[in-house]
Amino acid sequence: MLEQYQVTGKKATRNGFGDGMTELGRTNDQVVALCADLVGSLKIQEFIKENPSRFIQAGIAEANMMGISAGLATVGKIPFATTFANFATGRVYDQIRQSIAYSDKNVKICASHAGLTLGEDGATHQILEDIGLMKMLPHMTVINPCDYNQTKEATIAIADHHGPVYLRFGRPGWPIFMPEGKFEIGKAIVMKEGNDVSIFATGHLVYNALEATKVLEAEGISVELINIHTIKPLDEEAILKSISKTRCAVSCEEHQRNGGLGDSIAQVCVMDQPIPLEYVAVNDSFGESGTPAQLLEKYGLGVGDIVNAAKRALKRK
Amino acid sequence: MGHSILELQSIASQIRRDILRQVHLCSSGHPGGSLGCADFFTALYFEIMNHDRAFNMSGENEDLFVLSNGHISPVYYSALARSGYFDVDELSTFRKINSRLQGHPTTHEKLPGVRIASGSLGQGLSVAVGMALGKKLNNDPGIIYTLTGDGELQEGQIWEAMMFAPHNKVDNLILTVDWNGRQIDGDTKDVLDLGDLEAKFVSFGWDVMHMEGNEMSAVVDGLNMAKSKCGQGKPIAILMKTEMGYPIDFMVGTHKWHGVAPNDEQLQSALNQLEETLGDFKI
Repeated sequence: MLEQYQVTGKKATRNGFGDGMTELGRTNDQVVALCADLVGSLKIQEFIKENPSRFIQAGIAEANMMGISAGLATVGKIPFATTFANFATGRVYDQIRQSIAYSDKNVKICASHAGLTLGEDGATHQILEDIGLMKMLPHMTVINPCDYNQTKEATIAIADHHGPVYLRFGRPGWPIFMPEGKFEIGKAIVMKEGNDVSIFATGHLVYNALEATKVLEAEGISVELINIHTIKPLDEEAILKSISKTRCAVSCEEHQRNGGLGDSIAQVCVMDQPIPLEYVAVNDSFGESGTPAQLLEKYGLGVGDIVNAAKRALKRK
Repeated sequence: MGHSILELQSIASQIRRDILRQVHLCSSGHPGGSLGCADFFTALYFEIMNHDRAFNMSGENEDLFVLSNGHISPVYYSALARSGYFDVDELSTFRKINSRLQGHPTTHEKLPGVRIASGSLGQGLSVAVGMALGKKLNNDPGIIYTLTGDGELQEGQIWEAMMFAPHNKVDNLILTVDWNGRQIDGDTKDVLDLGDLEAKFVSFGWDVMHMEGNEMSAVVDGLNMAKSKCGQGKPIAILMKTEMGYPIDFMVGTHKWHGVAPNDEQLQSALNQLEETLGDFKI
């Protein structure tokens, strides 16, 4: 099954977002883009060039940007509020909670530079708590696509979904390996079927999980690899179906262990089928400056870490 | 529209009775600011705004209102009910379990007339700016009205929006500040002085007006004047002088009634000072 996931190039997931916005600009005249002084980083220059009246520059004032988005949505627009993940979540949590989530506004919060892989800027910008913050909010959909193609498709898909969405993506160039195709919110993708261990991964770590799967398979371990691009609503059916077969699992995410994808999966497991679950995630720590590769290695999110986690999970069966 | 000042005063008297009876019934809520803003709400909903009682969220071609200081929900709910958005008897459910009339306004319970949740302060002006920009994008002639408290201006987000609106020539927006000089912990000048508010607004690029908020003819004239200033490249701010608790003799001159409900005796004393003009809501 893995043959269809060949690396075809390298581009940042934020480029997928930018190209998705360009397409939305051409196909959906209700879409409005907002940005808090990070247009170049969010890759929305083309959208702005083609739709200058549908771009709102908020300046370095994220709270106001979230409120403006709520107001735009009230009168029927589909606002895409864009900035770095740190400033799109923690900094404006109360604004999102009251004016967007509680008010059930059709606002798309689109956040780049999530996680450790923004690299050298260091921990002030490397938010590792955003999935948890956003998934706790009632009404909020949380999506963390894994590569350029999936981010582009997700960007286009959320415009047709009514309700608040948090779309999380990243800064660095990253392998493109997902085939092009329609993005289905809330529908996990079984990338490979297997019997011994389930690996659930989201965001950049889907690629590392794919590489880890190849290593484990070479050692004779049958892996079921599942791409969980939508953390909320979680595809519980796909998770339960997989673990009922494998009886042990690994969760992989570029996020804190507390409150991330792993915890969501653990909740599903303990409510239905308690099984050994190993977390590949940052363990109650802030990040630091470094290259993306160095950081993933140092904080235990590398290919080898996933391989070892799978073996631990197998032993605990 | 087309009401005389006397008729509007009579409606405001009933709205004030509604405010007191709502907070008394559930022994909680914020009567002080609600009473002070009753004339403003009456003028807005019965004379100034072009709005449709058959509520739809996007309010195309209507004027829209955003209440930023959501704690004065009693006056908001009464104005909405009395102007036909829902049955006035529903006011008796204010702050009670399973009610659409939550302590602070929300869209969550689908109460007709409410377009955004408010309560956590400082957010409404941004939302109003967003609605105003959306109206412009939609080529919709509607005006966005919004109300903030004066203590609320201590929130930082207000100043983000205050900088944004003139820079972007959001001139279909009328912000009114309930300038009663009081907040929960005391007078604003003691808690955190707002300084020269007019100068601050002017320096940010707003068209600033003053208005006596507890004199109906001044409120109607002021809001009409503000309306006439729309479309001239600047957002409009009205600094509205009100008295918290007005006109109840034992509620004025203090911040004590910001968030305290009257007891039975106090309610009776207050109601004796307000004519029942449209019939009290049933309990």
